[in-house]
Amino acid sequence: MSGARRISGMRLERVLPYVQVMPLAAVLLLFLVVPLVFVGLLSFWEFDDIQYYPSFTLANYQELFASPLTWKLMADTITFTAVVWLLTVLIGFTCSYFLTFHIRTLRVQILLLLICTIPFWTSNVIRMISWIPFLGKQGVFNQGLIAVGVIDQPLEFLLYSDFAVIVCYVNLFTLFMIVPIFNSMVKIDLSIIEAARDAGANSWNILTNIIIPLSRSGIVLGTIFVVTLVMGDFFVVKIMSGSQSANVVSAMKNEIDQLYYPPAAASAMLLILIVVLMITLVLRIVDVRRELVQ
Amino acid sequence: MKESESTVKIDYSRRSFLKKASAASAGIAATGAVSGFPMVWANKLKDVELLHVGPSYSVIQEIADQASKDLGFKIQVQTAWTDALLTRIANQPDTVDVADLEFWATKRIWQRGNLQPVAIREIDLWDKIYPIFSKGEYPNGAKVSTQGALPYEVQYASGPGSKEIHSGPTDYATIIPTVYNADTLGIRPDLIGRPIESWAELLNPEFSGKTAILGIPAIGIMDAAMAVEARGDIQYGDKGNMTRAEIDQTIEIMKDLKSRGHFRAFWSSFDESVNLMASGEVVIQSMWSPAVTAVKTRGIPCVYQEMKEGYRGWGNGMGLMAHLDGLKRDAAVAYLNWYLSGWQGGFIARQGYYSAVPETARDHMSEDEWGYWYEGRPANDNIVDPYGNLMGKAGEKRDGGAFAKRMGNIECWNTVMDENRYMVKKWNEFTAS
Repeated sequence: MSGARRISGMRLERVLPYVQVMPLAAVLLLFLVVPLVFVGLLSFWEFDDIQYYPSFTLANYQELFASPLTWKLMADTITFTAVVWLLTVLIGFTCSYFLTFHIRTLRVQILLLLICTIPFWTSNVIRMISWIPFLGKQGVFNQGLIAVGVIDQPLEFLLYSDFAVIVCYVNLFTLFMIVPIFNSMVKIDLSIIEAARDAGANSWNILTNIIIPLSRSGIVLGTIFVVTLVMGDFFVVKIMSGSQSANVVSAMKNEIDQLYYPPAAASAMLLILIVVLMITLVLRIVDVRRELVQ
Repeated sequence: MKESESTVKIDYSRRSFLKKASAASAGIAATGAVSGFPMVWANKLKDVELLHVGPSYSVIQEIADQASKDLGFKIQVQTAWTDALLTRIANQPDTVDVADLEFWATKRIWQRGNLQPVAIREIDLWDKIYPIFSKGEYPNGAKVSTQGALPYEVQYASGPGSKEIHSGPTDYATIIPTVYNADTLGIRPDLIGRPIESWAELLNPEFSGKTAILGIPAIGIMDAAMAVEARGDIQYGDKGNMTRAEIDQTIEIMKDLKSRGHFRAFWSSFDESVNLMASGEVVIQSMWSPAVTAVKTRGIPCVYQEMKEGYRGWGNGMGLMAHLDGLKRDAAVAYLNWYLSGWQGGFIARQGYYSAVPETARDHMSEDEWGYWYEGRPANDNIVDPYGNLMGKAGEKRDGGAFAKRMGNIECWNTVMDENRYMVKKWNEFTAS
């Protein structure tokens, strides 16, 4: 009797993790994998500008890969991503550093971190739109500079430009860098830094040899957020550039608006592939799982 | 329009019978079958709910409320821009009952077979519909410009069950025309300070960095073409159906202008265009009539400028989704008839748009309003929109003048080209340049 019970208990132990993971797996399967499979299938369908038919054709991909526009859009998207990534890492790291090493009490740290989140109490769209009256020709910034006498003509590049797009991205996404970097930075044992100082390390040595390596996992997590958000956006680039710039998704949107689903699905698959490659590369460099467990 | 000024009073029998129908549905009249609605149905009529989906300039809550009141059943409205609506008709046709479509969009979506034609005999006021839709000509017999998707060319269906649009009249209509207008460029006269009379001004270096056009490819390229042709660069065969070579040339010219910073932005929503103009970011740009009004109501001078080359015309109509049948379809047809009966025409006239049946709209407008909106006469008194905002002061005239003058000067129609796919690709190239 007791032997049998032990066996069933062991079985349960082996099955339990699978049971626990089931709800999440089901949700992901139903709402992520299945739709993606459909998008993938659609990208191979035949298409004659109005109707599309379930069949197998490589025409959508042939056209996609043959068009210089595809690569130009991809390059533009990656450039936006790289610039925004660099800026958010610099700002995110600096803020976290300040919070971790210059603010002594936990309560003030948390308070300041919460202050960082205040802009997030309203919607992304509102935060984006509110840059327009600020940066415009008749905007607060230009009019302010003119009033002070720094310039006599409004600076036009501030709005409806790549500059405006990047300002907006940085404003929207920096918090996604700050939080994970702060999270990994506060875990750094201060005695390590003390020991380094005792051993004669200067601030630069400490930063490059201790703090940056130990904040890696936070930087990587933040990178994943920022890269996927920027690569998948079309709204910011459309509004802030006044449709003067494009990226992969904004071009895709133009196709979807015209009901050109199969070609749009093909560019979606290409975008997914490239984002997955980028994330894989990042995770290759830093093993986030191992570092988080530590 | 002169001939229709004589007061043609329409005995709108439909309205009275609908009153009867709704009364019957409320159980007041119990006298057998009302024409069109058998008694059993009339009783059920009050439970019918119709969902009317379309762009915000055409699908308006106040109109639906009035229709619900007059017809005795519930009309729900939902706004969706043409692109979103097309997607819905294509993929979730059951989530729409009445689709409010532009004519070019109808040309694009009809072949999917998700909409059903309406028999002409079901529409009481069909003969009164402004003939640019039903006949492709003006009341005086002059032909309408055929550049682009002329509504008349999209107006008729081959018949029930057919997915084909028929060129020339049949006994079946695709969509029932409702609102339409003539679009042009909006300008800030205070910031320009001289007369503007040609689309070519959109490309004038004088306004470098202060112009904008629509960022919606199909309409944007047409505004570009109007300007390019006016400047004398290209003589198009048909601006509404360009050849690849014409598309290439147009996009090259636009790319060159863009690289020199000629355009401040390409807008794609109503409010963007209002803000660009009101803030002075641009002084001349593509605009929609109510956007000009929205700028004016802020006290900022803005004119919907008439150009010598003419207007870009567009029209909307209502289409019945294929899944409608029985009582629900009858209710939808009653709704279409109500739409043409005048109340809606009067309402949208106060927003600067025209009704498919101007004569019935007139019954729902004051003499002064009719004079201002349709006849281009100076207002005797202040003119207000349906929400009470001031649209024109006493003594002012409507931009572009009378109905016949504005609609009579359509150069091309909003459209979808045969080379649409190529054009969208080139447009994406242009945006990415």
